[in-house]
Amino acid sequence: MTTVDTFTDGHPLRRSGSQSRSVGGKGLAAPAISPLVGEMPGRAEGGNVSRNSASAEVAEGASPRSVSFADISPTRGEITRSASDRSRAVLAAFGRFLPFLLPVTLVILWQAGSSFGLISDRIMPSPAAVVAAFWERLFSGELARDVGVSGARALSGLLIGGSIGFLLGIANGVSKLSEQLTDTTLQMLRTIPHLAMIPLVILWFGIGEEAKLFLTSLGVLFPIYLNTYHGVKNVDRDLIEMGRIYGMSGWSLFRKVIFPGALPSIFVGLRYALGIMWLTLIVSESIAANSGIGYMANTAREFMMTDVVVLALVIYAVLGKLADVIARTLERAALSWNPAYQR
Amino acid sequence: MPVGPYQSPLAFISDAELDAYHEAQPVDYQAAPQPAGLRLRGVEKRFGDNPVLRGLDLDVPAGQFLAIVGKSGCGKSTLLRLLVGLDEPTGGRIEFVDEEGEAVEPNSRIVFQEPRLLPWFSVADNVAVGLGDGVPRAFGRREAERALAGVQLSEKAKDWPSKLSGGQRQRVALARALVSRPGLLALDEPLGALDALTRIGMQNLVTDVWRELGFTAVLVTHDVAEAVHLADRVIVLDEGRISLDLEIPRDQPRRHGDPVLAELEGRLLDTILGKA
Repeated sequence: MTTVDTFTDGHPLRRSGSQSRSVGGKGLAAPAISPLVGEMPGRAEGGNVSRNSASAEVAEGASPRSVSFADISPTRGEITRSASDRSRAVLAAFGRFLPFLLPVTLVILWQAGSSFGLISDRIMPSPAAVVAAFWERLFSGELARDVGVSGARALSGLLIGGSIGFLLGIANGVSKLSEQLTDTTLQMLRTIPHLAMIPLVILWFGIGEEAKLFLTSLGVLFPIYLNTYHGVKNVDRDLIEMGRIYGMSGWSLFRKVIFPGALPSIFVGLRYALGIMWLTLIVSESIAANSGIGYMANTAREFMMTDVVVLALVIYAVLGKLADVIARTLERAALSWNPAYQR
Repeated sequence: MPVGPYQSPLAFISDAELDAYHEAQPVDYQAAPQPAGLRLRGVEKRFGDNPVLRGLDLDVPAGQFLAIVGKSGCGKSTLLRLLVGLDEPTGGRIEFVDEEGEAVEPNSRIVFQEPRLLPWFSVADNVAVGLGDGVPRAFGRREAERALAGVQLSEKAKDWPSKLSGGQRQRVALARALVSRPGLLALDEPLGALDALTRIGMQNLVTDVWRELGFTAVLVTHDVAEAVHLADRVIVLDEGRISLDLEIPRDQPRRHGDPVLAELEGRLLDTILGKA
């Protein structure tokens, strides 16, 4: 019982262990703790631990049914367990493949339809033609250039719009004055579909990079603003009070309590903004551009190269998925304290 | 109360440097805390036109364990918030005194009914929050580990709070309150949300750390049995006034079911319910 040592040999809170003091003038020496104290929590935890480890062993034994069977007759249980191990592995492999079943089947059907002449090349190129177009553009270096240009546009838009949205969200969540000054205006601007501003944006910036950057920034600003603001507003007031009691203020309160508390909501905003980012980019690259994936698709349309058009769609899908995967990985890493993100 | 400014920007510092840092602190983390007694004179608190505390006079000697009981809305939690400086009284004054009755600067801490741990900090980092801002991390860890040992939770230092049970979380909150050596510890129904057995374990833990460290403890509770079991002295608050002030003539540790304590408990209940 380590617990008893802790208290009689000088409390660990008081390392140099001055002798037990008499408290309140009653002259209480510190005798050994009543057995209840030392053992109560320990015993309760011990019980939990053994129960947990038991259930862990149970869980290892595949499906619940085979386990209960194994518990009743241990001799046959071995056989059942190894058999169900194998079937479980098959099930797991199947489970991993399941999400791809539908798209792979569709591609196979599509290829078959094209090969047998059921689908015209002018309406839809065959998957093989799309792959061929991919190889061709990959080796000519056009693909890398276009993807690079589009990626840079998307990222800089996200960075600019996201930063503004984030800062406004934090400021309005923290400061009443800032909220009164800007929140109503932002809520009004938010209801305007940002793509409706295209005519005006073209008049302002022409058709250069600025127009694309402006539109993308505007698009990602609002979801990040709203979710950051909401996240900060919803940080547990009790935790903020606790932080103040323990002497936190200003930057340290923000860093230790407000920002981590708002982070789950900020990530929701980020993932939502990523979707809008690609959407805006595609639209603005289709209006006018001389590089980028949208440009690639539009030029291909003029020459009736459906394979390249479809390739552009596939690239958008891959880039969109990639961005989401990155955001989710960041989310899981940053929110590992949250039971909802623990695996 | 807050630890002095930290000079070195190094995250990793040697044990010798840590010891030197220790020495330079205004609070002596090695020694038992200096208990702060209380002297209340005519303390009033009103919210708008609604008086919650009506001229309280109360002396609490340094090192005493005082329990405040009463019906909901009798002002007991309000009083506790005044004692730790979370609110200001609208009238009267609150003074903190040492064992000789000299005025002292109190280092007061409060434990709430909810543990209020930061879910994104490990258990040890949560405890280190109790040391205040600007404390080097290694120092915070070292103190946190000792405080956690004091509440018998050393093995949980690296866990997330979400992995702990309700009783364990409350022990972490207690360690966070104790890590800065408070002279006055306010407990606002800290055991109210725990199940019966965990509660008994926690009551004993609170008694033990109080006897070991000797701070002044003020416990607010609606559980009269708990008050009688833990405290040296129990006061009953009724409509903002003290209606009963009772010494508990029993040394710690106390047995559950002690007939003398049961009799006192009966008297307290009668007063609270207005039968006396």
